[in-house]
Amino acid sequence: MNSTVALLLCGPAAFLASAIMAAAASRLAAATRLVYGATLAISAVLLVTAASHLAGNLGEASATLPLGLPWTGARFRLDGLSAFFLVVVNFGGTITSLYGLGYGRHESQPHRVLPFYPAFLAGMNLVVLANDAFSFLLSWEFMSLASWALVMAHHRDEANRRAGYIYLVMASFGTMALLLAFGLLAGPAGTYAFDAMRTAHPDRFAAGAVLVLMLLGAGSKAGLVPLHAWLPLAHPAAPSHVSALMSGIMTKVAIYGFIRVVFDLLGEPAWWSGVAVLLIGGVTAVLGILHALMEKDLKRLLAYSTIENIGVIFASLGLALAFKANAMPSAAALAFTAALFHVLNHSFFKSLLFFGAGAVLSATGERDMEKLGGLIHRLPVTSFVFLIGCVSISALPPFNGFASEWLVFQAILRSPELPQWGLKVIVPAVGGMLALSAALAAACFVKTFGITFLGRARSAAVERAHEVDRWSLAAMAVLAAFCLLAGILPGFVIDSLSTVTLPLVGERMPVQMAQPWLSIVPIAESRSSYNGLLVLVFITVSASLAAFFIHRFASHALRRGIAWGCGFPDAVPAAQYTAVSFAQPIRRVFGGFAFRSRETVDMPAPGALEPARLKVEMHDVAWEVFYQPITGAIDFATERLNHLQFLTIRRYLTLVFLYLVILLLVLALWP
Amino acid sequence: MISQLAVQGAQMLVVLLLAPLLIGFVRKVKARLVRRQGPSVIQPYRDLVRLMRKEVVLADNASWLFRVTPYLIFAATWVAAALVPTFATGLEFSWTADLIVIVALLGSARFFQALAGMDVGTSFGGIGASREVMIASLAEPAMLLIVFSLALVAGATQLSTVAAFMGSPEVGLRVSLGMSLIALVMVAIAENARIPVDNPATHLELTMVHEAMILEYSGRHLAMIELATFLKLLLYMSLIACVFLPWGLYGASAGPKALAVGAAAYLCKLAVLAIVLAVFETAVAKMRVFRVPDFLGAALMLALLGTLLLFVSRSL
Repeated sequence: MNSTVALLLCGPAAFLASAIMAAAASRLAAATRLVYGATLAISAVLLVTAASHLAGNLGEASATLPLGLPWTGARFRLDGLSAFFLVVVNFGGTITSLYGLGYGRHESQPHRVLPFYPAFLAGMNLVVLANDAFSFLLSWEFMSLASWALVMAHHRDEANRRAGYIYLVMASFGTMALLLAFGLLAGPAGTYAFDAMRTAHPDRFAAGAVLVLMLLGAGSKAGLVPLHAWLPLAHPAAPSHVSALMSGIMTKVAIYGFIRVVFDLLGEPAWWSGVAVLLIGGVTAVLGILHALMEKDLKRLLAYSTIENIGVIFASLGLALAFKANAMPSAAALAFTAALFHVLNHSFFKSLLFFGAGAVLSATGERDMEKLGGLIHRLPVTSFVFLIGCVSISALPPFNGFASEWLVFQAILRSPELPQWGLKVIVPAVGGMLALSAALAAACFVKTFGITFLGRARSAAVERAHEVDRWSLAAMAVLAAFCLLAGILPGFVIDSLSTVTLPLVGERMPVQMAQPWLSIVPIAESRSSYNGLLVLVFITVSASLAAFFIHRFASHALRRGIAWGCGFPDAVPAAQYTAVSFAQPIRRVFGGFAFRSRETVDMPAPGALEPARLKVEMHDVAWEVFYQPITGAIDFATERLNHLQFLTIRRYLTLVFLYLVILLLVLALWP
Repeated sequence: MISQLAVQGAQMLVVLLLAPLLIGFVRKVKARLVRRQGPSVIQPYRDLVRLMRKEVVLADNASWLFRVTPYLIFAATWVAAALVPTFATGLEFSWTADLIVIVALLGSARFFQALAGMDVGTSFGGIGASREVMIASLAEPAMLLIVFSLALVAGATQLSTVAAFMGSPEVGLRVSLGMSLIALVMVAIAENARIPVDNPATHLELTMVHEAMILEYSGRHLAMIELATFLKLLLYMSLIACVFLPWGLYGASAGPKALAVGAAAYLCKLAVLAIVLAVFETAVAKMRVFRVPDFLGAALMLALLGTLLLFVSRSL
């Protein structure tokens, strides 16, 4: 057994041990510190191990443990792809544990969080390492159940119970789809090991079915539209650091599952699979961010924005599939690298933003943005790092979100060389959707930061707020620094990803760190290049020049006064723009087709004293078209089947007899 | 190397010095068109100097973000404007950023401007910011699709390469480029808050977008923001000039004589575009805010159609 894999497998075992310890000791005062300290240490070790494996380009290593099914054992394997995702998972684990050291102390019921938190980390690590369908599904279910327990941590809240129920249903649905997909991949021989699946090539029909099942299974976990409806309910229901893990990291594990099956196990893709994934990705990106724009609950807004980013990643993966199917490996490497880079970036800034939301929550007790405002005065450090998160997620240079979106756009510009008409029509449309979602994301995070942190305080809770503890601030500061670093040194990330892309799409992007001045050049310098570092330097230099000039030559006089309000001083803070009113112009533009929104104005007659009312009606189309009929059907079926519980023994015997007869008939008639 | 750096530095100074003059010229032409005398073309310089000398009146609850934003907006816009070829292509640092980055830099400036609008917590700031992001959410994708079209025609997103290609005889007449030009003009009008999307001269609070966002600014801060606005107009005009009027544009290493020709050609192009803008603004009326999505939606569709045509056939 390889020592690296052994070490990486010790990690989940250690996580499980700390979970048991946490369950035993969760009522102790020191338990919070103990558990998060332990997970911090374990994730850090795993992070270093996986990162050195990825950076050192150490190839593959595998191990088989005598666990699980008796005739197969549990297989585990470490290659470039799993090493990269282990880095993502364990970086998230490390930084979340650091945050948890401070944030966890505010938890009113630590015994409902502490035992499940390490178990959740263990599950995610095992999914990424698993090398046969059985251990993959087992770890996947373990991960889902542990996160479900965390969602239910505050189960006295009715809304959280509902979120937990829907999450459980969707998680089982996803696992069922994955089970069927692996069943198809295993073929009649029932080879559950991934190594055997990789060499067996399923026929076209089976491959198509596997792709659809993976989109259902992994896509429901990642939050693809229309399977997304559970995500904005469940992710915010958990404690904030767990929301960060679920949104920033667990969705990435789902993407890992998709990549592992579709790019690795399934063999050569068909071109139309690219069309399907591209289209779903583009629609997911636009609808996700539009929903986020309409939201006024800070954590739900962040969850919806996760859906948008997942859409961007899937669109990029779809592009990679299309290029791979058409034997254009260098373009496929570009699109695939862009997707993985965005996976990393999203794990940075989404964790940062959820931590910030958690800080706001612990400082004010509010998640509703319309009761916040003016926090930049009360939480100076939190607001600064949150601002960096907002800039990064809005894909603005020189931060990291822009670097990966730039790569996606460069990949789109390679696509006219694709031969199929379907792709030729779809790719520019999806490019337009991604551009639209990037612009809407900027609008959304102007709203988020502006309503929450700027303006005047909308409630007394804000005026009592104090800056959060040092552990939380340290965790957020580290993430903000990584957002900037990945933005100004994208070449380093791209080069580290070469070990992942090479085996999966058969090519890597050109070496970037050798470029002069650390710029990134995906194809050729005359074609396109970007240098985040120099952009940062230029902006800093010109801003300092301007500041120096002003300081030297302009007036220094400054006077504080009341804001100009057209002669109406001291309007109440409630009269400021709110989250809903800020989004109103965008709702008017896009709401008609995205939400079937309707506005009705109730204007009293002239002279009447009752207030005028504006009513806005919005619908989640996916919820009404997909979820409600399905839940309705399930409810109907359970209602009918419920009668079967109250039959007499004679009726039960009759049923069993009838069933036997039918089975025998089927066997007799089977060709 | 040194001379290349000098050319790059000259370009940065040129855009900075020329931007107020361009605005002054547009205002003068507009005034003459309605038979007014109008202020002198150097009035914008005088305004800037005057603003610099005045004290800043800051709202009581303005935060540090409000005070930093003018410098950030100015820096991002200046860097973007300096990266667009004006009188010469292939400048020393042109590989730092391609067209997508330039669009995104302007996006960064807008992001901070909208935030600053919301900082004080008045309704004007909110209305301006919320309308600005609505306009941007349509203008930015349209702009990116225009970039896609140009990139597909020229085979590059690098602006110097695009300009060089557009100057070469292999361009020919293309439908997609015509669509891109119309879309680009529409986006430029919206991005620069010109009539019919927004009125740069309005002081009726409910009709303004850009002016509402910066209502709380005064003194040196306002000067920075005004200068950034001037630079942005110059940037879009330079962009249209270098892509669609690429005559007289030489590489940066072509020697002083060629550069002089380039500079003269650049000034002529700016003058022509400024006169066109002034005539257009005088001839049309401002539209309602909620007609703007239709206007920009048309730009978006044109740009998308142009890109689609290029996907269908590289020669269209």
